[in-house]
Amino acid sequence: MTYPSDAGPTPVLSLKDVSKSFGAVRALRDVSLELFRGEVHALAGENGAGKSTLIKTLAGVHRPDAGQVLLDGEPVLFHGPGDARDAGIAVIYQEPTLFPDLSIAENIFMGRQPRRALGRIDHKATHSATLALMQRLGVELDPDRPARGLSIADQQIVEIAKALSFEARVLIMDEPTAALTGSEVARLFGVVRTLREQGAAVLFISHRLEEIFQICQRVTTLRDGAWIASEPIDGMTEDDLVRRMVGRDLDELYPKQDVRPGEVALSVRRLTREGVFTDVSFEVRHGEIVGLAGLVGAGRTEVARAVFGIDRWDAGEVEVQGRKLTNGAPSTAMASGLALVPEDRRAQGLVMDMSIERNIGLTGLRTTVKAGLVDRGAERSRSLDWAVKLQVKYARIADTVNTLSGGNQQKVVLAKWLATGPRVLIVDEPTRGIDVGTKAEVHRLLSELAADGVAVLMISSDLPEILGMADRVLVMHEGRLTAEIPRSEATEESVMAAATGRAAA
Amino acid sequence: MPESLTRAVRWDTVVGALLIVLLLLSFSTVDGFGNALNLSFLIGNTLPIALIALPMTLLVVSGEIDLSVASTAGLSGSVMGALWNQGMTIETIIPICLLLGVVCGLVNGLLVTRLGLPSLAVTIGTLAAYRGIAQIILGSDAVTDFPTQYLDFAAGRIGDTFIPQAFLPFVVLLAIAVVALHATPFGRSLFAIGANEEAARFAGIRVKRHKLILFTVTGLMASLTGIFWALHYASARYDNATGLELSVVAAVLLGGIDFDGGKGTLGGAIAGVFLLGALQNVMSLQDVSAQSQIVVTGVLLVLSVLGPRVARQISVARAGRRAASTPTSSLSSPS
Repeated sequence: MTYPSDAGPTPVLSLKDVSKSFGAVRALRDVSLELFRGEVHALAGENGAGKSTLIKTLAGVHRPDAGQVLLDGEPVLFHGPGDARDAGIAVIYQEPTLFPDLSIAENIFMGRQPRRALGRIDHKATHSATLALMQRLGVELDPDRPARGLSIADQQIVEIAKALSFEARVLIMDEPTAALTGSEVARLFGVVRTLREQGAAVLFISHRLEEIFQICQRVTTLRDGAWIASEPIDGMTEDDLVRRMVGRDLDELYPKQDVRPGEVALSVRRLTREGVFTDVSFEVRHGEIVGLAGLVGAGRTEVARAVFGIDRWDAGEVEVQGRKLTNGAPSTAMASGLALVPEDRRAQGLVMDMSIERNIGLTGLRTTVKAGLVDRGAERSRSLDWAVKLQVKYARIADTVNTLSGGNQQKVVLAKWLATGPRVLIVDEPTRGIDVGTKAEVHRLLSELAADGVAVLMISSDLPEILGMADRVLVMHEGRLTAEIPRSEATEESVMAAATGRAAA
Repeated sequence: MPESLTRAVRWDTVVGALLIVLLLLSFSTVDGFGNALNLSFLIGNTLPIALIALPMTLLVVSGEIDLSVASTAGLSGSVMGALWNQGMTIETIIPICLLLGVVCGLVNGLLVTRLGLPSLAVTIGTLAAYRGIAQIILGSDAVTDFPTQYLDFAAGRIGDTFIPQAFLPFVVLLAIAVVALHATPFGRSLFAIGANEEAARFAGIRVKRHKLILFTVTGLMASLTGIFWALHYASARYDNATGLELSVVAAVLLGGIDFDGGKGTLGGAIAGVFLLGALQNVMSLQDVSAQSQIVVTGVLLVLSVLGPRVARQISVARAGRRAASTPTSSLSSPS
């Protein structure tokens, strides 16, 4: 299968001069895009550039105000997602939504299972059809296994298999790699390549630029709802792409300052939570950024939760600035100067229906108090102060956080915790799913905090981020700390070796 | 639609406005509504619902519910009657009954917070259990001979006005509840817990302790209501206040407290209580049959769950557009 030339065949799916407005907001302005058979096409742009609106237009969720959607060169009008699906367009989202209690096969054929006489479901046919799909994708998943307990990576495979079962010719993958580990990404890319060779057109969205260069042949860039460029990846550099996306040269992505570490700020000794992590000991000093790497499920997040007091530990102890923490008590951890920016901002970091002001205010309910009542003036100025410092983009401080983009929501979570004036800051996947511009801002912020003497423990699945920001890298594998690597010796190879358990042997 | 108009779409405001409209209409068109006796009946009959609605609002805001309140009230009245029959003084009995309410609430709270059981199930269970104990204690007796000064207080009015004497303590409790929910860190935490318990925990809020306190206070208020009920109607029976929990929940939901937690105002809840109370009063004056009254209450309950959602969806949609419109505010509006 070859990549089509300009004079080549008609695109499977294309957008021509499409515009879409919501009220006064023009989310898309005269955007064009052509997807050909057998290509993986990247859609690049910062948060708010219009990528989601474009995807939803292709998927039949939105109808364009102006311009056309063309299928095999013919204008089509999708009345809903069902129309788009019937036309062979499938969207794979970052976090799949499967029925946990149904098997993989049942999930794939939900509502349209092969039937036997009297309308009974033909389980054998469902099973073998699923097996055939898995073989086409080149993966091994048991069709009878329930969806519960599948990793996000496996769930995505199930979604892709489901798309194939609909004879999808166009696959739209919306940040499919955001929650995957390195080896899972590699497997997903294997599947994507197989699909491409079978003639599918893939539209691929990712905030990780290196992935775009790895898997895609062409890239279309959007900025502020406008089409910027569609071009082959060959011959482009990451800097070129970033410039297209942000419209200017980007500041350094990993602005790590050199800091001389001070006293021990966080000391974790022989911490154990049965069945989750075992005998974990480490220290973080004032001014230091310590990276905590490992595969998803290695126990990194669980250690952070236990240290902060969300979960109880079974053995060991935690000290913050020489003060022993109470087991299972976030409030005493906070009082000792510890803050945790959790990995899931929507479920753990924010109350989505609450205002920006009150979300930031939640961590200050003990301090912004006058005569036992919430001091609303103090609360507002505290929230405004931090929202401005972190350059959160919002209309009003009283707007609910669910009106903000992902990157700005993450800034609100950071604001909420920085407002407590922490001396030890644990950040869990601080830049997951946010655009490259905001990512650089978050990194600069962490670096400045460390320079001010804050001890930072940074959990991240983004290896370049760990290598770029950490003074030391701790690596966990299957619930144990397997390596401690100084910045000078930390490479993708050395960290991955420890994360996969190869160095431990 | 102009923004000032859409921003005003808040369900508690709607309920408050409905209450005022209903009162004005009733004063001018319903015979017998405006006289002092009827008004004092209206308030007196609504007070038990209003008293329990105070803690119930806080509970529902935090994402929990207590359906055992009416049974706790009944149990409290029952114990009051039994101890009175034993010859104890009322001054000793009342603290005992209040303490009993605390215990009832504590049991609910511990079952919910320590064992992690859903409060709906737990309190349906204790609804039956507390009522059963009430019956065991007092049987089918009715105790009516409480001291006159207490009976007078619970049934009497302030001077020549239509306002029941018991309304004043209620106003004090209402003020305390409003401040607790809307102005203290405790209340702010309840909204966070109800909207996203996980995020509240990550913010260092002691979720279980907050809930335990709420269940305990609810038990206390339910038993206070039980005492008031027995004195107001001059009758302590095991089946006092039966079914009151439904009126309370209906009124609180009607007042715009989200059943899923995290949203609502106490003002709305109390407006809901008195709207329901006034409506029932008017329907009785108009000789609407009891069955029809139940139908009206039921329809209102469904509307009350629907109304706030519609109102909120409108304002969320507006807020979303507003926020999204700022980065491109230089662009002209298409309209």
